[in-house]
Amino acid sequence: MTDQRPYDEDPTGTFFNRVQTYEAGVFPNTETYHFPKSCLHCEDPPCVPVCPTGASYKRVDNGVVLVDYDKCIGCKYCSWACPYGAREIDEKSRVMKKCTLCVDRITDTSLPESERKPACVLACPTSARLFGDIHDPNSNVSVAIREEGGYPLQPEWGTKPANHYLPRRKTRIQIHEDELVRADNPLKKEELPSLPDGGETLDDVAW
Amino acid sequence: MHPAFSVIFLTTLLGAGQGLFLALYTGQLYALANLLPDQSNDFYIMGSFLSMVLLIAGLIASVFHLGRPERAWRAATQWRTSWLSREVVVLPVAMALTFVYGLFHYLGWTQALFTISDTLPVDATLVTGALGTLASFLLFLCTAMIYASLRFIKAWHTPLTVANFLFLGMASGFMLAAALSAYMGTNLVAFYGTWAVVATTLGAISRGSSLYRNSKFRCKVDMQSAIGVHHSQLHQKAQGFMGGSFNTREFFHGKSDGFLLMVRYIFLLMVFVLPVLLILFAYLSESVRLPIAAFAIQYIGLVLERYYFFTEAKHPQNLYYQSMA
Repeated sequence: MTDQRPYDEDPTGTFFNRVQTYEAGVFPNTETYHFPKSCLHCEDPPCVPVCPTGASYKRVDNGVVLVDYDKCIGCKYCSWACPYGAREIDEKSRVMKKCTLCVDRITDTSLPESERKPACVLACPTSARLFGDIHDPNSNVSVAIREEGGYPLQPEWGTKPANHYLPRRKTRIQIHEDELVRADNPLKKEELPSLPDGGETLDDVAW
Repeated sequence: MHPAFSVIFLTTLLGAGQGLFLALYTGQLYALANLLPDQSNDFYIMGSFLSMVLLIAGLIASVFHLGRPERAWRAATQWRTSWLSREVVVLPVAMALTFVYGLFHYLGWTQALFTISDTLPVDATLVTGALGTLASFLLFLCTAMIYASLRFIKAWHTPLTVANFLFLGMASGFMLAAALSAYMGTNLVAFYGTWAVVATTLGAISRGSSLYRNSKFRCKVDMQSAIGVHHSQLHQKAQGFMGGSFNTREFFHGKSDGFLLMVRYIFLLMVFVLPVLLILFAYLSESVRLPIAAFAIQYIGLVLERYYFFTEAKHPQNLYYQSMA
């Protein structure tokens, strides 16, 4: 990854993973979505067959989509073929670059098993990122996708991205109106007039 | 998409070069069938040379599109899956056949090698010409399919793209053949002019259809699908960087609608209207300069047409850069 003019006017460079921010709704009913955007390592990657040199490939053993920087001629055709905009040309080395899923880390058997994960997964302080084998139905990621409603981006194209996103989880309890206001307060039945203003509450029991 | 001038010149120069070769061979076939008088070898030699120059110029233009042109030979390896690779394979074949076709005419190898049914004398130029014609059509197909095979870019993903590249390339090639025969003083201006008008008309129909088609459809994916949040009011607040990036440079043309509308009207005029009128006047006045002007104007028009072709394409990744889109 290289940058150009990092501290000057019009800085630019190549990224593997950008975090974008979106806002849903209109103030005051808004929600903010932080949206990390990287290569999704599609199961049917459209960027691979279009490559004229074979530099763009999908690894057979673990399915990671990669670019062979020694074969790439920098024609940018693969970036046109990716609907997600995951590929960026490196202006200095003049080849196409993209997220490698830290293939050097995840295949490095000299690392302890717990550290054979992409750097972004290890770095995330809230463990918002998960890493695992989506072909193994019992892996942590397969369970998360299945049970927490993981979804792919732009599923219309049939690219079958391996990276899924999990919907925002919210803790909600269902409280009905008649649970807050005791509709069946026995005092009401006896038409006693001495209830405090503002209606009956659960505290009425103490009264 | 951002229109890259390297690719604009590559496709227009190749189109004119291939079209000129097709025009030469069409003339030879007509002469063979005694529908036209036999032409001197000079015309074929000059035509093949010009076609070669255009193809080489196109190849040189393509080099400017590559980050690592020194590795370009590798681009011939993935012809099984990549249309770009297929173009890289077919282009040198077409160039070689054009060269050999011109060489055979230069060497005067036009004696019949054998005769079919006592009526059709087959010589070396007829065989290489037939192979060259096949290669030229294949090259049109490969060049156009590079764009038409990208299913995410709806403006290109249509058979009309192939028709446009074929007809517009043939139009400029036959127009150039008319200009060449006017310049060399051969009596083929009317013949090539007529074919050029036919090809231009076919091109007008297919390009008009694709312009109409592209003005009608909507993109298959929207922002909701792109980030997976199904809320009717989504706004992007940050795109992940403050300056520009490859994503904001490569996929946006940055031109106003008014400018593009102007480009569209100019190219429609310069590709389809003016050359046909000029060829018509050239026919009436037997002018030498008008067919050359017709080709030059149409070629400039085709450069603008290809420029517009790139700006027409809306890439789905643009959904992630709403401030640019």
